Amino acid sequence: MSDAVVTLADGAGGKASRRLVEGLFVEELRNPLLEPLEDAAVVAANGARIALTTDSYVVRPLRFPGGDIGELAVNGTVNDLAVSGAAPLALTAGFVIEEGFPRDELRALVASMAAAARAAGVAVAAGDTKVVERGAADGLYVTTAGIGLLDLRAVLGVDRVRAGDRLLLSGGIAEHGIAVMLARGNLALEVDVESDTAPLNGLAAELCSLGPELRWMRDPTRGGLATTLNELAAGAGLTVAFDEEAVPVREQVRAACEVLGIDPLTVANEGKLVAVVSAAAADEALAVVRAHPLGRDAALIGRLREDTEPLVLAQTPFGTRIVDMLVGDPLPRIC
Amino acid sequence: MRYVDEFRDGRAARALAAELRSLAPEGRHVKLMEVCGGHTHAIYRHGLDALLPESVELVHGPGCPVCVIPLGRVDDAISLAERPQVTLASFGDMLRVPGGRRRSLLEAKARGADVRTVYSPLDALALARREPEREVVFFAVGFETTAPATALTLLRARELGVRNFTVFCNHVLIGPALRAILDSPDAEIDGFVGPGHVSTVIGTRPYEFVCRDYGRPVVVAGFEPTDILRAVGLLLRQLREGRAEVENQYGRVVRREGNHEALAAMGEAFDVRPEFEWRGLGAIPRSGLRIAEAFADWDAERRFTVPGRRIEDPKACRCGDVLRGRAKPYECGVFGTACTPEQPLGTCMVSSEGACAAYYAYGRHRRLEEAKA
Repeated sequence: MSDAVVTLADGAGGKASRRLVEGLFVEELRNPLLEPLEDAAVVAANGARIALTTDSYVVRPLRFPGGDIGELAVNGTVNDLAVSGAAPLALTAGFVIEEGFPRDELRALVASMAAAARAAGVAVAAGDTKVVERGAADGLYVTTAGIGLLDLRAVLGVDRVRAGDRLLLSGGIAEHGIAVMLARGNLALEVDVESDTAPLNGLAAELCSLGPELRWMRDPTRGGLATTLNELAAGAGLTVAFDEEAVPVREQVRAACEVLGIDPLTVANEGKLVAVVSAAAADEALAVVRAHPLGRDAALIGRLREDTEPLVLAQTPFGTRIVDMLVGDPLPRIC
Repeated sequence: MRYVDEFRDGRAARALAAELRSLAPEGRHVKLMEVCGGHTHAIYRHGLDALLPESVELVHGPGCPVCVIPLGRVDDAISLAERPQVTLASFGDMLRVPGGRRRSLLEAKARGADVRTVYSPLDALALARREPEREVVFFAVGFETTAPATALTLLRARELGVRNFTVFCNHVLIGPALRAILDSPDAEIDGFVGPGHVSTVIGTRPYEFVCRDYGRPVVVAGFEPTDILRAVGLLLRQLREGRAEVENQYGRVVRREGNHEALAAMGEAFDVRPEFEWRGLGAIPRSGLRIAEAFADWDAERRFTVPGRRIEDPKACRCGDVLRGRAKPYECGVFGTACTPEQPLGTCMVSSEGACAAYYAYGRHRRLEEAKA
């Protein structure tokens, strides 16, 4: 494929997105705050360390079982701050609205946003509105940005990950992506799956209490756990080995993935986090996460180790396989 | 999950693996071809190759529908999609397949062509009815697995009198492809793991020529790990006993006579082309389907002219050897370098069922481990 134009694959969160970000955006915008390409940048100001992040939401349909674009736009940005080890302070919200969009629906989605902000304990402190001609946008797009104060108990970074560290996952995967795909209604499949969209700041703060034993956190959104683990392996220069059967996947989600021929490891989550903790603190970390309502199904799924080439390897009941990042995306516009 | 978990039992698989070791011939290398891309995918996804005895090698056959579409036909689809009045409806897998000059439908779409992903040909027909001002063309690919759905859609289009719907037909037949592989001078395949889904339609009879004319056993298999291991066991047993028969491991789904309704619909909607070009394998006589005269009004190749240019496979790409089982994906000079899933040169690297993509995605570490050892 030539690179003359941007294709949908470039926005899907997998390898193509990475090439676009690294080969174009980072090249043009290069600066030390941007270059780590973490979920949030860390800005030092007047002695405080502030995390800064932004995300746009173009999910279709706007409502899906378990959530809607308003809730997603709050939780997504809160979570990017949370897994960076920051307590969210305030959000901004930008709305691009297509001419003709029902006012009642807009109000309902903004109310849902407000409820999500209250639940996460964060204010939407500034905003912007643009209305575009019919056809120039698909209903409604929302962009949120957020700042948060770094939790000084933890120092997180992929460079702090060591061989022997353990991998912790907070719960069942693939729920958001499958819920949204089924909500489009073009697959004749009746499965009861809800998006897992939820604010992770409470859970992340609990984990930060582990101090330096907590090395790194991420929320595996677009591209799923497979993408997040590949970023971990590449960033840490270590092989990530995990037990595929230890990864929690709800029965209904697994059935839907099986029928659709999709690997749940590549499907988006919006309320899960994956953490690397020291081997010594692994059991304590698991207990901390399981004690939280969003982490009841948490599991230690694997470990990091030295290898000739940093790969992500899944142990199956039969052998091992590589888990690679997706190239394109079977599920467009899920967040 | 019923019908899945019982076939993914690690303990059962290890017991089967032990049985395979006892069945493996001594002092002789056995090459078995899994014909179907679904099998290739399952083998790598579950890491099954690690469970096979050293003397038993699985080679990957031509049964990935995306992989066998030649470059020229992809360009034809792009040229259809670029017509201003046309909406091209395609399975998602085909969108990233590069045609000549490495351009794909996905890129044509980004440049303004109206290309939409559908999950079945009936969705494409529904699209045509919803948007009567558009000429909806369904890009039909696939073996006898997907051909009946296209046939039924054509019957339905005629019944409903939908005039803005046509099919760009690229359906292919598995039997002639197997014969072409067996006829190639250096075919060293000792037996075949037969395709499961295709066989639900055509039954097991169409493979009998493999045993009769070529003396090779065929075992039709399901797609779960223990299905595939059992099929390998049945093949090894046949080889050990000097038999060459068609056996059906996938009896929970596949019948010897196949599916009459599906075959009847195909018979009505399609004719067999005198020959059809396959990516990597070249022209194979009577191996492709075209739309029957009675459905000429729904045939995209009759309604529109397509360039129909034959384009040579890229020289560096060894898709043909991989599809014949003559080369492993990693033996191709461009594998993992000039040809990767994000920048595929050959079709085997595009679909997740393609041998190269499956090997790249799931199996590369095995070479690293071997190199270390």
